[in-house]
Amino acid sequence: MSTDQSQGVATRSCTDEGQIGEAILSARQIAKSFGNVHALKTVNFDIHRGQVTTLFGENGAGKSTLMKILSGVIQPSSGEILLEGDPVHFASTTEAQHRGISIIHQELSLAPNLNVRDNIFMGRELVGAMGVDFAEEERQTRLLMEDLDEPIDPLTPVEDLRLGQQQIVEIARALSTQSRILIMDEPTSALSASEVEVLFRVINDLKRRGVSIVYISHHLEEALQITDHAVVLRDGSMTAYAPRQDIDLEWIVRHMVGEGFDLGSPPEGYALGEVALSLQEICVPDPTIAERYLVDHLSLEVRAGEIVCIYGLMGAGRTELLESVAGRLPISGGQIFLEGQNVSRLSIAQRIEQGLVLVPEDRQRDGLVQTMPVGQNLSLASIGDFTRGLFTSMSREAQVIEDSIRSVHIKTDGGDAEIGSLSGGNQQKVVIGKMMATQPKVVMLDEPSRGIDIGAKAEVFKLLADNARRHSLAVLYSTSEVGECLSIAHRVLVMSRGRLVAEFGADVTKEQIMAASGEAVAA
Amino acid sequence: MSNNNSTARQPRQGLDLGRLLLEGRAFFALIAIIVIFSLLSPVYFTTSNLLTMSSHVAIFGLLSIGMLLVILTGGIDLSVGSTLGLAGVFAGFLMQGVSFEVFGVVVYPPVWVVIILTCALGALIGAVNGVLVAFFKVPAFVATLGMLYVARGVALLMTDGLTYNNLGGDPALGNTGFDWLGFNRLFGIPMGVLILAAVAILCMLALNRTPFGRWVYSTGGNDRAAELSGVPVKRVKVAVYVLSGVCAALAGLVLSSQLTSAGPTAGTTYELTAIAGVVIGGAALTGGRGNVRGTLLGAFVIGFLSDGLVIIGVSAYWQTVFTGTVIVLAVLLNSIQYSARKTKQAPSPSASPQAVTNSS
Repeated sequence: MSTDQSQGVATRSCTDEGQIGEAILSARQIAKSFGNVHALKTVNFDIHRGQVTTLFGENGAGKSTLMKILSGVIQPSSGEILLEGDPVHFASTTEAQHRGISIIHQELSLAPNLNVRDNIFMGRELVGAMGVDFAEEERQTRLLMEDLDEPIDPLTPVEDLRLGQQQIVEIARALSTQSRILIMDEPTSALSASEVEVLFRVINDLKRRGVSIVYISHHLEEALQITDHAVVLRDGSMTAYAPRQDIDLEWIVRHMVGEGFDLGSPPEGYALGEVALSLQEICVPDPTIAERYLVDHLSLEVRAGEIVCIYGLMGAGRTELLESVAGRLPISGGQIFLEGQNVSRLSIAQRIEQGLVLVPEDRQRDGLVQTMPVGQNLSLASIGDFTRGLFTSMSREAQVIEDSIRSVHIKTDGGDAEIGSLSGGNQQKVVIGKMMATQPKVVMLDEPSRGIDIGAKAEVFKLLADNARRHSLAVLYSTSEVGECLSIAHRVLVMSRGRLVAEFGADVTKEQIMAASGEAVAA
Repeated sequence: MSNNNSTARQPRQGLDLGRLLLEGRAFFALIAIIVIFSLLSPVYFTTSNLLTMSSHVAIFGLLSIGMLLVILTGGIDLSVGSTLGLAGVFAGFLMQGVSFEVFGVVVYPPVWVVIILTCALGALIGAVNGVLVAFFKVPAFVATLGMLYVARGVALLMTDGLTYNNLGGDPALGNTGFDWLGFNRLFGIPMGVLILAAVAILCMLALNRTPFGRWVYSTGGNDRAAELSGVPVKRVKVAVYVLSGVCAALAGLVLSSQLTSAGPTAGTTYELTAIAGVVIGGAALTGGRGNVRGTLLGAFVIGFLSDGLVIIGVSAYWQTVFTGTVIVLAVLLNSIQYSARKTKQAPSPSASPQAVTNSS
């Protein structure tokens, strides 16, 4: 997936004339403020025809604001946007779409109950004399899919497609409206490695056809594979803008965080305790296919004070493993021991009481109660600890909340703040703080760094390392980013297709991990 | 510890009148209703009338509080009107004496036994609803709609469509005192109102001060997150339907005592009035938001409005129109309030560094 191959001559007939590489959309001195808050300060960059421009930046750096300005959702406070040299002003997304700018959101905007054809023509159905001309729509959809080299049948309901395919459908829809500029927000965050490959192939194909891409991702290494230009934002200012050949990972990170970053190292200087969590031959059956296991006779041990990382691609069974250990998913075989005691038959609440907790992967769906303020979210799992008789002690609850806010470093106005007023990283800390308040012996975290920025990531890892050292907490976390394996973990386990395929010490290299998981995929 | 935000913060804008009116809307609506009807009719604002109206409100209030618990978990209970009717009929049936033909005896249970058995019946109906919803995943709307028909049907079967009129009991049989619930007054306040007050206080305490209350709110806010936090989500759901059933049975007892008769069609469409009370009180039908205070205000708004219309002689047809309008208006204001909350979420105002106080 080299990026240089596509910068040459267009091999297919271009939908647009003109030379590849010229600036198609330019931001000139773009600034945006909300009241006194300056979300963006004088941003200048060009989007080149047939190339990928990636926006890098932590959460809150201004990426989404910039993206919204480019796609017409909001208007800049000052500065201008030049489309092929002419100043343009988009009053709405429809207007931007009209001029060939489409946006593909992280949460896809497809109707799952409708089929591919109906989704692509949603809102602009081709109407013939006899009502909607389904045959023509189907023909055009088929052509689009052929163009994208993705054999998806136009009559398949979207809900039957894998997420990666749904994304392709969304791209097809954008193309069918003659989009020349596609803005993609975190397109790979939910894709498996093979789906990412397909997506990148499609992107390269689009580039050859002269479509320009604006790409946003937290996954820096991945974005580097595909991008031609990088725009780095920090605190609303553009800190760097450079073509691909002049940059590397370190350069991006340096400009994103303003300093060298470190996700930490395994805590040292203490002896690990007894085995805290022991899984023996855990099986979780696949609900859709009989005789297949999502978690396949898996055994592992974590000792008190030890930090273990499970690396695996999407679909490797990491989430299913952790959810079954927490009690959310039933296991069909095997046993779970917590400090030597069999907890396989206990309910979620009982396991929490025994000291086995899970910080789920999707904090919006499984972690937070959005209708409750920060404080009540923090105390939800430990509320029994400060209840005497029938009633909850409000002063003790307030104390627990205050301690949690302090110990996990949540930036908030206090326990009464709305949960939605916190940034993603701080919301994640609320979920972690909630589980930590139960004073667990073993904490499992499913992708604890998903969708949070590098600064918050480092803080979360530091918090876990501190707890492992000070309170002999056993930590088991899963990740799909190799870089995160090489941080605080004493041991790295590689999971694939429901099984552990490799185990490494803290001195493992990225290449070893990727090779281990890669081999497993090929097998 | 907090507030090292890099973005500039806006100071909170002073107390804004629109916001105050919006948040206290049920209260202001109630004041407005009392003022307007007092001007239109000299008898409206008299102690005796207020007490009479309050004892009407007691029925709706009891149903609304039970409904509130269910709605807070994100459910709905359409069966409360029928449960009320069945509870009244069941109490009437017990008061007439239960004959055991095998032994050739007729048992006349004392009133307190009648009350307990009737409440148990309400709890049983609620338990069926709750188990259907929580364990068998039947949508709450459908499960309780079915129960609406079943309970009403059973009430009609028990009486053959007729009404039990003689609920006074007989001193010789030792089962007098049923009218005590509806007619008696303590310190000049009707029993029904006192029962409502007691239930309201208990619910308030349960919701604000016990883990159960927190579980109710978290189940309605996000049941997946609640479950992973160790909240017994299914048991919480069953419990709220049981409590709603008990509240409906209590309302049935109070109503049949007030009327000294128990008809099988009593309480028809009361479930809708109960939902209206909850909604006017500011609760969200999606669950997780709402409180007892608001719900009580909602029940009083509906009760005082419809009684007021009767007093000034407005036709019953117009009453329906007015009530409907008030309900829609209330829901409209709810959505304005909650959408305002959502847009407000961005960078939070207020600069007080730390205010860890708890309220709910």
